[in-house]
This record gives sequence, structure tokens and C-alpha cells, in this order.
Amino acid sequence: MNALALYTADVVALARKDLKLELRARDTLPAMLLFVLSTLAVFHFALPAGTGDDAAFGLLWIAIVFTALLGLARAWAPEREGGALDGLVLAPCDRSAIWLGKTLATLAFLAAAELVALPAFALLFAPVDLVAVAGVALASIGICAVGSLLAAMAAASRGREVILPLLFLPLAIPLVVGGVGAGISPEGATYLSFLGLYDLVFAILAWATFEYVVTE
Amino acid sequence: MITGEDLEKRYGRKRALQGVSFDLPRRGFLLVTGPNGSGKTTLLRLVAGLSAPTRGTLTVDGERVDLGYVGHEPLLYRELTALENLDLFGRLYRVPERRERSGMLLERFGLWDVRADRVSTFSRGMTQRLALCRALLHDPSLLVLDEPFTALDDDGAALLDGELASLAGERTIVLSTHDPARVAPLATHTLALT
Repeated sequence: MNALALYTADVVALARKDLKLELRARDTLPAMLLFVLSTLAVFHFALPAGTGDDAAFGLLWIAIVFTALLGLARAWAPEREGGALDGLVLAPCDRSAIWLGKTLATLAFLAAAELVALPAFALLFAPVDLVAVAGVALASIGICAVGSLLAAMAAASRGREVILPLLFLPLAIPLVVGGVGAGISPEGATYLSFLGLYDLVFAILAWATFEYVVTE
Repeated sequence: MITGEDLEKRYGRKRALQGVSFDLPRRGFLLVTGPNGSGKTTLLRLVAGLSAPTRGTLTVDGERVDLGYVGHEPLLYRELTALENLDLFGRLYRVPERRERSGMLLERFGLWDVRADRVSTFSRGMTQRLALCRALLHDPSLLVLDEPFTALDDDGAALLDGELASLAGERTIVLSTHDPARVAPLATHTLALT
């Protein structure tokens, strides 16, 4: 097996492990689904009548970012509980595979939450076109790529519940700008390009720095 | 194979290890002893590469692929079964014929009948046995064992005695314990931390 095939097999095995753990423990996804739906429901009643779609899209992104934060806060819990991260770090596999596997699993959970959230948003607030959906997809990749790295950093500290939002939310601002822009601007394609660039730059940064995050 | 010179490790202001030097040749057996808080776990984490010294130098020959580690935590996923854990780590540790190797170790450590049970349902002793299986899975040339007898019953401890006896002289072993008499006959080097 060549190096790329071996790397891919490691990533798939690690991501599949996270999906299996979630299917058994149901710790993360139900909480994310409940949170995003209840948040949208609250926003629906909180938003004054006659408010435009622009404000509604802003609220959608608040719901998505905090739903993602909920998932990211739990992302490394299985590794933390049994010290399994040390076992992964000691393995001769490329350590960035650990990050990529976690990013893919977190992305799957977030995508599942968004599959429920977007129809609910369309029902309660405003129609969602393809550009807006593409914006959500691209921003979600960025959220999970950056968020998985920051969640790993936070998981090693005592105040992880406080540290993760402090680290994550400032870096999520460009994604919110891009996501909202893709949803409401007539120049949606520009915002999609911006989101794609963000994903590329931050995914490479996270991929390259993960090794230093998981070793003392 | 392993050389430590004037090792020091600090966590903030707290000094966990200070002025430790040792030299362990390939296939040597280093027994690390000392009271609670003397830095045994810190030293073994340094040797395993899980932590870096604040001062001093530590040289460990060989690749990461060749290291088996048992620590205070089992380094296992609690909601995976025993077999799933070994299969995952076997894949990541590049173990050829990992299913056969996993089955053989589970049988040897008396866990074959519970191979399909989740680790979260295991007693501490069973979890420790599985942690030993994980550490031995890839037949490492360097074993770092931090109080490996912890939580093992008499049968489990006897199994580990047998494993250590068969591995001593064949593998490089660094082991810490509160019961040095148990492994002292196998040790080629001793390091007493204070």
C-alpha cells in the first residue's frame, strides 16, 4: 500500500470510529439537532414582524456557529476519557490523520444538523437558494477544520469550556461574513470564493500544526 | 539505546523531575522506583515521547513504531469493544495480520470471551489487561510500563510476570512499580527517584 492510500485508510478508520462511537453513545448529534431547532424556533418568535431576510440569515448563522461549537466541545471527549489520544499520538501514523479524521466526523455531525436546520429555516424565515446552501457547505468545512484543531488545544486544558469559544469565535467571524454574504448578496459567488480560500488556507494551517498541538 | 542526561521537567512552577540521568543499553531492563510524586510517571512519559523535558537531553534510538506504552490511563476507547480497540490500534500501528495477533493476545490475557464487550463494561483489572494487549500488539522493541501491575488480580499479575520474563533480554523495557521485589530479578538497571 502506498503512503497516500495508507494515510487515507487511517483517516477513514479514525472517522469511522467517531461515527461508531456517536451511534452508540448518542452524546453529540441529538444535542446539536435539538439546539439548532430550538434556537431557530426562539428566533422565529423573537424576530419582530416585517424584519427582512438579511437579519434572518444572520440569525441562521448564529444558530449554525453555536451548534457547531456544541459539537466541537464534545469532539475530543472520547480521546480524553480513556487517554486514547496518547495511544494515537504514539502510533506511527501521520498525526495529521488524527486531525483529518476528527474533522470529517465533526463535519458529518454538523452536516446532519444543517440538513434539519435549513428546511426549518426555509419554513420559518426565508427561502434558501443553492448559493446559500453552497455557502453553508463551504463555511462548515472551515468551521470543522479550524474547530477540530482548536478543540484539541482546548481539550488539553482545564478550562476547555471557556477556552474553546474564546479561540473559535474570533476565527469563525470571516465564515459568518462569507456565509451571510452568500445567502443575501447578489454577488454570492464572490463570497463563495472567499469561503473556499478561507477553507484552503486554514485547512493547510491546521493540518500542518496539529502535530504540535498534541505533543507537550 | 536510551540515554537521559540531567533531565528536568516543570509544569509551570512545579518541578516534577530534577537532575535525573541514566543510560540503558538495547535489551536492557530499567526498573524505576520511588515514592508517590517522585516523578516516575513524568520520566516514563518523557521516555515514551509523550512529553518533552524542560531541561536536559533524552535520546531514544529507534522509531515510534517500536514503542509500546502502558500508562495510568488505558489509552483505549471506552465505548468500543475490546476487539474493535485492538483492531483500530492494530491498523494505526501497522500490525500485519492484526486480527490474528489481537485474538492471540486476547486469549493469552484471558479476555477472549469478552472480546465483543465494550471497555466501559470492564472492571479496572480487565481494562488493564486490555491496555497490556494494546501495548504488546505490534510486538514493540521498547516497552514503557508505568505501574503495569495496578489493578491486576493474582492471575493477571502472574500473566504479566510471565510476559515480562519472556520479554526481558529480548526487548528494552522501562518499568516503574511500587513493588520492586516483583521484577527486581529481571532488571538489569535500577533508577531510584526521590
